[in-house]
Amino acid sequence: PAFAGKFGLGRPALPEEISAWDGDITPDGTGLPVGSGDALDGEEIFAEKCASCHGDFAEGLGNWPKLAGGADTLNHEDPLKTVGSYWPYLTTTFDYIKRSMPYGDAGSLTDDEVYAMVAYILYSNDLIEDDFVLSNETFFDVEMPNANGFIVDNRAETEYAQWTGEPCMQDCKDVVEVTMRALVLDVTPDQGGAA
Amino acid sequence: MSDKDNNIVSSRRAFLGGAVAAGAGALTANAANAQTPDPLITEIQPWAQEFGDGVDAVRYGLPIEHEGDVIRRNVEWLTADTVSSINFTPIHALDGTITPQGCAFERHHSGAIDLKKEDYRLMINGLVDTPLVFSYADLERFPRENHVYFCECAANTGMEWAGAQLNGAQFTHGMIHNMEYTGVPLRTLLEEAGLDTAGDLAGKWVFVEGADASSNGRSIPMEKALDDVLVAFKANGEALRKEHGYPVRLVVPGWEGNMWVKWIRRIEVMDAPVESREETSKYTDTLEDGTSRKWTWAMDAKSVVTSPSPQAPIKHGTGPLVITGLAWSGRGAITRVDVSKDGGKNWETARLAKPGEKMALTRFYLDTDWDGSEMMLQSRAMDDTGYVQPTKTQLREVRGLNSIYHNNCIQTWLVRSNGEAENVEVS
Repeated sequence: PAFAGKFGLGRPALPEEISAWDGDITPDGTGLPVGSGDALDGEEIFAEKCASCHGDFAEGLGNWPKLAGGADTLNHEDPLKTVGSYWPYLTTTFDYIKRSMPYGDAGSLTDDEVYAMVAYILYSNDLIEDDFVLSNETFFDVEMPNANGFIVDNRAETEYAQWTGEPCMQDCKDVVEVTMRALVLDVTPDQGGAA
Repeated sequence: MSDKDNNIVSSRRAFLGGAVAAGAGALTANAANAQTPDPLITEIQPWAQEFGDGVDAVRYGLPIEHEGDVIRRNVEWLTADTVSSINFTPIHALDGTITPQGCAFERHHSGAIDLKKEDYRLMINGLVDTPLVFSYADLERFPRENHVYFCECAANTGMEWAGAQLNGAQFTHGMIHNMEYTGVPLRTLLEEAGLDTAGDLAGKWVFVEGADASSNGRSIPMEKALDDVLVAFKANGEALRKEHGYPVRLVVPGWEGNMWVKWIRRIEVMDAPVESREETSKYTDTLEDGTSRKWTWAMDAKSVVTSPSPQAPIKHGTGPLVITGLAWSGRGAITRVDVSKDGGKNWETARLAKPGEKMALTRFYLDTDWDGSEMMLQSRAMDDTGYVQPTKTQLREVRGLNSIYHNNCIQTWLVRSNGEAENVEVS
């Protein structure tokens, strides 16, 4: 039968349709297209299409995301989380740029351009030399510094047991003092008019 | 004095001005205290004499203009621009549990797109027997379900990790809405495509993504996908609003709002998670030692007093006072909410307006008699797993200050004797 299910609704997806929409790339490289690019090519495209937000060196302008820097800051008071310092998989960088960047003109880059851009971001993070050619074949030669920095949600082990049961109802503390006040910061928007 | 203070003061003046017949300066606006007859009663008012609007005046109505404060608000400094940004539900002014769609918060990563039903396509592919394409009309032909669930952004209360920062429940807790959804179980659609090809479903995943430029792709374990996830096309009785995913969005009960993919266009059955940008760079929670939790899907039990609160000061003076708020849990139903007036020293159990429902907002009330003394108001939710909402100190002891997401700490409002309230932290 043409239909797998019991309602017979929908119709089979055609291979062209699936390849048009299914672009995800998993950490093992499944989905990576054939292609290549290096940081020098990437620098030119980056300057043209990305630097107005992310800065010439991927360092980020204003409130826009920083793509480079922040090595070894994750346990600091203000960690700087970038592709280099934080992202566990390079596949995510390719996948996300290819699908959703440049911001406002998503999906406009060719596969080779995306390889070149990823290479430029790696170079900006001091993770490759400037003559390294990134391709589907060399993709896993790059070591992501924070690849082992993630653990699966462990709230069940670290939190739930100690925050369960009948809570204190009376005389739970000796003294209660105000330790911090939002009005000191005064960053709440004026609510006199429309937002 | 800040603009914020000015607003509170001026709104109090406006209130007092409006209640002038009850006697100038009388904070207890009590009609029984009136010394002179109230002209709103003794004089015929225009609305009691002339016509109101005809039934053809408004085909789809908005709230009356006097409720102009009950609106979504943006905090400009939070994000670089407004199309990958957040706004806030005015929870300080709402009651009950259902969020009006028109002021229910928005969070987009590349703006709210306009996608017609005629142009809508939903693809199911990957490890299925037959990859399928559905039109919008196809989806309406599957058996439907109705459920009320909260959608809470993972970042709700996130700006408060390091301290008391934004002054109002709308800003500290307003990345949330609660609607009655109509839709088709995701399970039904997956079964329509056939899951025999996928083999053992344990350890399998679905990857879901939207039609917008950001795509917002997220990986969901098959167990959840087959449990209670809905492919929804109606909310609170009508079509989804554009900004909430029209014409079709994913509803993922109890789980962080980011996974509620809007304008959903593709569902892929996979044998591994994609580890997309929205589950690696974002929506991962960094702990004090620099490691980060990933796949922190469930939103834990949480509550907040919505009134009184900084945007909803006490204007009526001493005497009867309704303390009210919202409680919710992504791991089940709310069973109890306790309220403290002294910063957590002593607690009273509040009244739930209705028994808590699973993964839905629950309204609580504490009807009290206020003597005009300063209060440090807190609420503490409990859910049917026995979990008790923690303090911010307890959360910080486990997680540090840099988690960004999943801040479900107990909130404190300092209510002064003049009725104004402020966001504070207490020892």
